[in-house]
Amino acid sequence: MVSYIFRRILQSVLVLLVVGLVAFAMFRFVGDPVDTMLGQERTVQDIERLRESLGLNDPFFVQYWNFLGRALQGDLGISYRQGRPVAEIIAERLPATLELAAVSGTFALLMGIGLGVFTAIRRHGFSANAIMALSLIGVSLPTFLIGILLIYLFAVELRWLPSFGRGETVMVGGWSTGFLTQSGLIALILPSITLGLYQMTLIMRLVRSEMLEVMRQDYIRFARARGLSQRAIHFRHALKNTLVPVITVTGLQLGSIIAFAIITETVFQWPGVGLLFINAIQFVDIPVMAAYLMLISVMFVGINLIVDLLYVAIDPRLRS
Amino acid sequence: MALLEIENLTVQFPTRRETFVAVKDAHLTVEPGQIHGLVGESGAGKSTIGAAVMGLLDPPGKITGGVIRFRGEEISGLDAEAMASLRGRKISMIFQDPLTSLNPLFTVGQQLVETIRAHLHLSETEALARAINLIDRVGIPDARARVNQYPHQFSGGMRQRVVIALALCSEPDVIIADEPTTALDVSIQAQILDLIKGLARERRVGVILITHDMGVIADTTDVVTVMYRGEVVESGPTARVLGAPSHPYTKSLIAAVPRPTVKLHRFPLIDYGGRVTGFAIADLARNWPKSTGERGAPLIEIEGISKRFVSKQAILPSRRGYFTAVDSASFTIRQGEVFGLVGESGSGKSTIARMIAGLYPVDGGTVRYGGRDVTATTRGVPDWYRREIQMIFQDPYSSLNPRMRVDEIVAEPARHHGLLKGQALRNRVAELLDRVGLGAEAGVKFPHEFSGGQRQRISIARALATQPRFLICDEPTSALDVSIQAQILNILKDLQDHLGLTMLFISHDLPVVRQMCDRVGVMKDGKLVEVAETETLFEAPQHPYTQHLLSLMPRLDGLSDEGLAVA
Repeated sequence: MVSYIFRRILQSVLVLLVVGLVAFAMFRFVGDPVDTMLGQERTVQDIERLRESLGLNDPFFVQYWNFLGRALQGDLGISYRQGRPVAEIIAERLPATLELAAVSGTFALLMGIGLGVFTAIRRHGFSANAIMALSLIGVSLPTFLIGILLIYLFAVELRWLPSFGRGETVMVGGWSTGFLTQSGLIALILPSITLGLYQMTLIMRLVRSEMLEVMRQDYIRFARARGLSQRAIHFRHALKNTLVPVITVTGLQLGSIIAFAIITETVFQWPGVGLLFINAIQFVDIPVMAAYLMLISVMFVGINLIVDLLYVAIDPRLRS
Repeated sequence: MALLEIENLTVQFPTRRETFVAVKDAHLTVEPGQIHGLVGESGAGKSTIGAAVMGLLDPPGKITGGVIRFRGEEISGLDAEAMASLRGRKISMIFQDPLTSLNPLFTVGQQLVETIRAHLHLSETEALARAINLIDRVGIPDARARVNQYPHQFSGGMRQRVVIALALCSEPDVIIADEPTTALDVSIQAQILDLIKGLARERRVGVILITHDMGVIADTTDVVTVMYRGEVVESGPTARVLGAPSHPYTKSLIAAVPRPTVKLHRFPLIDYGGRVTGFAIADLARNWPKSTGERGAPLIEIEGISKRFVSKQAILPSRRGYFTAVDSASFTIRQGEVFGLVGESGSGKSTIARMIAGLYPVDGGTVRYGGRDVTATTRGVPDWYRREIQMIFQDPYSSLNPRMRVDEIVAEPARHHGLLKGQALRNRVAELLDRVGLGAEAGVKFPHEFSGGQRQRISIARALATQPRFLICDEPTSALDVSIQAQILNILKDLQDHLGLTMLFISHDLPVVRQMCDRVGVMKDGKLVEVAETETLFEAPQHPYTQHLLSLMPRLDGLSDEGLAVA
């Protein structure tokens, strides 16, 4: 058990080192930062001085090592475009993305599991089949189109919900939250649905098929034969057994909710890290791109580590 | 008054094209304290009767005729809610496989408490006390500690005891046991059957015991009902039905049961209803390469082979735990003989087979084939040796790739070794399929279109495709009905007689081993405790463990001898 956790952590660290290498390599191979920073009017001495002060004359692995060391201390470099520390810019933007991801992730999980169980139990019912047919739309429509359709319907035509931005935010200890104001909460609705719809339908379809599979198992038959209630059979015995594969996929999907927030943030002009990243690409702001890449990988790896530990919590067979 | 009466029961499964009648006009009564055996081959409708009584027929199945009465009251027409209140409370059920009957994610105690509280108005603590009491009553030691364990922490036999404890939660009057011991070892089987017998005797529980095993019927039941294709063909006191069967199907069914006491040249086949398909192994002999060795000379010499598996993972090798599956086993298999390996599950029989076949690398010792070293390393065994040996596995459902056509399956080994191609290969495949009794036209079908016995024939055809000299049969008939088993075993005997094949035959079924093998090795906990000529072993076992195993074997003395003479 301890060795299992230890191995998983070791693997996670390895993945992060590789991603760090890729992020770092961007500095070297995606254009020369000195060109970008100094502009047209420059002398050879200027270039040399800047190269020396930025440490660009050191051997590759020394630079990589220094880069990692600084990153660990929270020093992610200085944005070429804004001239401010990248860590500071990200700290400003991250709460917006995390709140959006949290709300849409919760929406996807609750609705996905609920509808999945419903469509599995009533698999021949009309509403279950209707939900299954509709869910195909959720899977097949691209995110930006869903976002634009929602904006058109609820913001432009019905004028119920705002079409862009976070609404009013409140600062709570350096974290700007939209959870505490009415306009902030309202502003979360459309982007969250847009971002979570695909994951929701995916989770729903997965829960449904897993549930149908589990319902065929002997222990479900035996639970019936023991005279347990339908509710206990469906929600206690069957649901818990569907969770292991569902958690696997959900873990990966939560990671991609954060990573793919880019599109939703662009559509809704959501001031999160995704939007920051898009802007950084436009201006070849490499420190921001590298930091974003590493941030996303830390989240992916972290979530998957949690997923692996959750398996053990759910399935006693893995504990021994 | 009878506890449970089933009258004229008919169960149908209507489908779009046709209606399948699973049970037709079945009669059956169970008195308090009586064990009523329900016997027949797969598809006979035994389990359907059990499910109908419980109200647990899988859709679209439904009762279309007859009545089921419990203590004189009709229960077959009850609505789902009324049936649910009866289920588990008055009538309980035990299923075949204790490995899959329990939910793996909940402790045994949680599952017991939830069942108890579903039926009796008890608090959580009272229910737990009752759960511990039940675990104790079904003979699980240290009940107080084990109640907090998960199903995977119990052995197969202990799990079946837990299943029985679950069935006893609210002191039911009737227990329907559907193949309760089929998945268990003989010694465990005897214990579980004793437990069921005790329930009937002491608590006056009426039991319907569904099984395909004549030995279990003979040992356990008071009354037996024999079913064939949904119909009851014969019913009466067990001793009378088994000793002097009157219906031809019962006669042929009893004749096909392998006897522990007498060795026959060939198994009598069930000829009722025209289900015997012929085979012609002798015809294969014309093109079969002549064996080089002399009959009776050593073909495989195994010296001190061992295998251990890591049972506890750890980073430091010194802290890893190991489980020794095979502990320094030595024996010799002679050219042309069938060598049997017997023992309970986990004794290492299959591990030995896999090491000989090169599927597991050997941790110690050597394997020699025809005098040449073929000990399996991590890179497996030499190619020439692979061609010489083939395996037939226990489960004919999972040992054939469902996405491949049968002719591709049979052709694959020969193609892999580059022995034949094109028309010659097609001819070989057609010939093999024909000779094992499937017909060459079976080649274009997929495995799921065949029954278990037919699939095992496909496995045999596949094993013969490289014209091997040595076959490893790992429980080849354990998953099959007795009539099908008789056919498969006769094919294997023909392979030995006509093609001169040498075989390693692994089984836990002692009567089958006596019929099949020339010499037998007995395994216990990874060790080979005794090797002897089959007749010597059965008549005068030397090792105490062999004596113990043989004492557990059902004697089947009461079975009619009619039909055995046809052999």
